[in-house]
Formats: sequence, structure tokens, C-alpha cells
Amino acid sequence: MTIAEHEADHDLAALTDEGAQEMSPRALAGGVEVLREVGSVLRMSESDAMLDAPDDSETSIINMGPQHPSTHGVLRLMLELDGETVLRTKPVIGYLHTGMEKTGEQLTYVQGGTNVTRMDYASPLFSEAAFCLATEALLGLEVPPRAQWIRMLMHELNRLTSHFLFLGTNGMDLGSTSMMIYGWREREEGLRILEMITGLRMNHNFIRVGGTAADLPDGWQERLSTYLDAIPARLEEYEVLMTDQPIWRERLQGVGDITTEEAIALGATGPILRSTGYAWDLRRQMPYFAYDQVDFDVIVGSYGDCFDRYAIRLNEIRESVRILRQCLEHMPAGDYRIQDKKVTPPPRARIDESMEALIHHFKIFTEGFKVPEGEAYAAVESPRGELGCYIVSDGSGTPYRMHIRGPSFVNLQVLPHLLRGGTIADAVAVISSVDPIMGEVDR
Amino acid sequence: MSDAPADATEDEVATEEAPAPEPELLHGAPVTRANGQRVAHVERGSLVAVARALRDEGWLMCLDVTAVDYLTNPTRVLPDGIDPERFEVVVTLISHADRERLRLRVQVPEADPTVPSLFEVHPGTEAMEREVFDLFGITFTDHPDLTRILMPEDWVGHPLRKDFAVGSIPVQFKAPSRG
Repeated sequence: MTIAEHEADHDLAALTDEGAQEMSPRALAGGVEVLREVGSVLRMSESDAMLDAPDDSETSIINMGPQHPSTHGVLRLMLELDGETVLRTKPVIGYLHTGMEKTGEQLTYVQGGTNVTRMDYASPLFSEAAFCLATEALLGLEVPPRAQWIRMLMHELNRLTSHFLFLGTNGMDLGSTSMMIYGWREREEGLRILEMITGLRMNHNFIRVGGTAADLPDGWQERLSTYLDAIPARLEEYEVLMTDQPIWRERLQGVGDITTEEAIALGATGPILRSTGYAWDLRRQMPYFAYDQVDFDVIVGSYGDCFDRYAIRLNEIRESVRILRQCLEHMPAGDYRIQDKKVTPPPRARIDESMEALIHHFKIFTEGFKVPEGEAYAAVESPRGELGCYIVSDGSGTPYRMHIRGPSFVNLQVLPHLLRGGTIADAVAVISSVDPIMGEVDR
Repeated sequence: MSDAPADATEDEVATEEAPAPEPELLHGAPVTRANGQRVAHVERGSLVAVARALRDEGWLMCLDVTAVDYLTNPTRVLPDGIDPERFEVVVTLISHADRERLRLRVQVPEADPTVPSLFEVHPGTEAMEREVFDLFGITFTDHPDLTRILMPEDWVGHPLRKDFAVGSIPVQFKAPSRG
């Protein structure tokens, strides 16, 4: 495509003066933009970046996605290729954008959970928790210990299902279809326990402001321990099926590597940051819930490549199982939510006998509760990294501004860096190892 | 700091035990506390310099860049010398060594909604600044590729502004037919 044709194509964008989202030919893109798209963070100069392909006629720009099966939903990558080698990458996102932050400004704090839980659909309990922690910080609420432990248990259970989903899709992307089936099998079992506890497989809205929606059901210990007993042996199977397998290692080792400095500069968190050997896990470093009372290890890698990110997630499953066993053992008795009539609804039985309880119940579910003016940021360690929620309150019953810092959204920025110099086949492995959830990227 | 919220003043007295309520400053920016976190109110012009100085002090990672449109809520509490404007760009930094987060709040006037880009200091702000540009219409100068990121590129308006109406689709409810 000539430059003139390219310009003609983008007339509309020129009119709105906001530029095109697509990747432009080198002759049109500025030096800094090219620098960005080759994923240079610290080391390269603008002229070096241009040297890759001095002439646009030698390279081709292709689309990968948004409906490519290995892009985990609707991620669209524009790749500049020299033969099969990737030179520049530009992620184009927004295909799932539904304005959830705008919606969050219309919903009360009671309804807000149903909104944020739909962002990261593979680990919904984490966005709920960030939202509730920020609201509780504004309200100045202290959540009872049992609620903290239930939240921690739900988080680790959800981390299991999310990492099993990763193992399944990662296997699928790299041609191991049996792993796809195994990952899905384990995830389904986890989802059944989540369903038993929350009533839903996904989008639970279980973690509420002031505690959780309900207490743990009868028999949860047996269900959970049966599940936990089955996992270690299956992880051993995965080790045989994938970790020890030369083809698997060949596909992942040394592919898509990144250093600690680059990951920090790009804002990457979670397994991507830890794969570089940097032990940063909010559960350990800035503990919330009851993570300071349980024993677990932070898993780190050494090379920052796709294999490390795979191995970290595999071993984080083992750590989650450890935490869950401690939850089984030490789950404290007591309230599962704070007994504050203004924030949490009264028990169902009270409504039949107390007019006051009925009024409180009605008020909470119609107009919600008022939150003092102010702003708060709270974050949790989701399976993908730091998931933060920033809430500004104007003193009314709905957030004045509700912003979610999605780890997938920020982590996508490492893609140009990870993909540069690799082949398209590597690109599939790299996208998979970043494990983006597009619902959270686009929100 | 006479107009500052009472709890912020108390905090400072409690932590520093200084007899005179000298306002806490961070690279020339007044600091308040919100729910246990430090918030620095940075001048627009000095944002990049402050962020660079903070990065060299150990605030290595920029976690988040977002904005708030205070169009319908102009009466928020700000420290002395900071005039409230319509927009506020909110930058969250983290120091791994101190295990602490720091928020920078930058006032951005409606008449000139531009902010210097942090891309030079923290390359990871690229997508977040594009998001703020897309949803709030705040321009980041010296950003490498300032285009819409979530909305379609021919979209008119900036959805997270308070004067951008929420769309709605009329729904016709019918009573269930009996029989």
C-alpha cells in the first residue's frame, strides 16, 4: 500500500483529528511511535529502531485477530513482518468496550459489584474485592475475620480456576489439545465448588461491601478437600505431559523474554513481573485479607521467558492449594459480614418480625447507602497482576467516579517488546503467556 | 493549611510531632492524606519533573493514570494554593522498597485540557494516557501515539465526561398473556 492510499483510507480519522488506531507505515509513523511499536523500552534510539527496515516495501503489515483463535477473545494485533519475523507490533483493542466505568457511575455501591464482576470474567471475585475494599476504605469499615478468611478462600479458589484456564488455553495454543481438555476439566470442578458456595459459576457478586453475600454452605469442607486432594497428582501429570517434554520446552524457553527493568518500566505486574525474578506479590508484600496469617511462597522465575510464566502459574496452583488447606484448617467462626444495618441487609428471618429490619432491607436494595466524600484506591493481587479500584465519592449513594486498573490492560503493553524478533508461531506462545482477559482490557 | 481537612492536619501532627502545622511538601507539592495513602497535589507544569525525581527516589512503577471530571462536584477539599479545576488527572505510583503507594493529583482546566505526558519517565503510561485521552478528551503533550484506544476512531465526544449523556434504549414491557 502506498502512502497516498493509506492517507485516503484514513480520511475519516483525519477529519476527527484524532488519528488512526492502526499501525502506520514507517514513513508515516514518527520516530517515537516506531520506537514504541518495536517495544523498545530502555535501550534503543529512534534511528536504531528505524534501521530494522529502512524501506516499507520490504515489510508487510498484517492483522492478527480480532477473531484469531489464539488471541483469547477479541485482541487484534497489527504486526509488521519481514518474512516471518515480527518487527513491530501494535495491539488494537476496544472491541469489547461496553463503558463499564460509565455504568459504574449510575449504579449504587450495592449494585456496583454486579458491574465490576463482569470485567475479568475468568477471575471475577478479584474485581469485586477491589471494589469492596475501596468502598470499605471510604466508609471506614472493619470487616470481621471470618469474612476476611472466606474472601481469601474464594480468591484462592478463583485463582485455581483462572490458572487452570490458562494451562488449558496455553496448551491449546501450543498444540497440546489434551492439555486443553485437562485444564478445562479441573477448572470445571473448581467452578462447581464456586457454584455451590455462591450460586453461580461466574460473575458471582459474592464479595459485598461489609463482608460476603452469604456464609459458606454446609459440607463445603468435604467438597473442597476432595478437590484439593485430586489436584497434586494431576499437576504431576501436567509435569510429565508438558514441563518435561522437549517440544514444549523448545516452544517456550527463551521465547518472549523480558528483564525486570523493562517490566517495571512498562508497568507489568503479576506473573510477567515475577517471571523476571522480581518477587513482588501483593499478597506477601502489601497483605490484605488474612494473607499475613497464612504460609505460602511467592513463585519467581529467572529468565522472564514464556516458560517461566507457564511454570510460575503451574506452581502458583500448588501455593493456592497450600493456602486453601490452611483456610480449611483455620477458618474462624463468627459473622460473615459486618453487622451494620446501614450497609448490610438484615438476616432474612428478621424481616418477618421487625418493621425496622424491613425498612433497612428496603432502603439498602432501593437506594443503597451513602458513602462519605473522599477518594480511595485499593488493590488486590489477581491472577494477572495488580487489580486496583479507584473510587471518588461525592457523598451520595453512587460512586462519582469508579475506575478499575486492569492488569491485563496494562500488561498488554509488553507485547511489542516480547514479540520483536520472534516468529508468528512465537507470537501465539507469547500472547498466551501474557494471559490477557479481554473483558478486563476493554471494560 | 487552614482549609485542609481536619484529619489530614491531625495526621501530620501525630506523625511528625511538629509544633507548627507546617504543610508537608513533596518536591514542592503539598501533600494530604486520604484513607491512609499519601496524595501529592502537583502543578501541571512540574508533573514530569516531579515524577522523574520520585522515580529516582524509588517510586519505580507507575501503576495507573486516570482522570476525574469534577463538573458536577466542584466543592472538593484541596490544600491551600491549589485551585480546583474541572478535570483532575490522577497518577498512582508505587514504591516497592517502601511498600507504599502514592497518588499524584493534577488539576487540569477545562479551557486548556492538556497535560505533559509521563511517557518519557514511565513508558508504561502509554496505553493509560491514551485511555484518558479517549474517554475524557485530555491531551497529553509529547505522547508518541495519542489516538483513541477503546472507542472507535470516528466516535464523537468523550464518554466519561459528566456532560456526556448515558445512552438508553426504551424497553416495552408487556404483561404476560394468560391462557
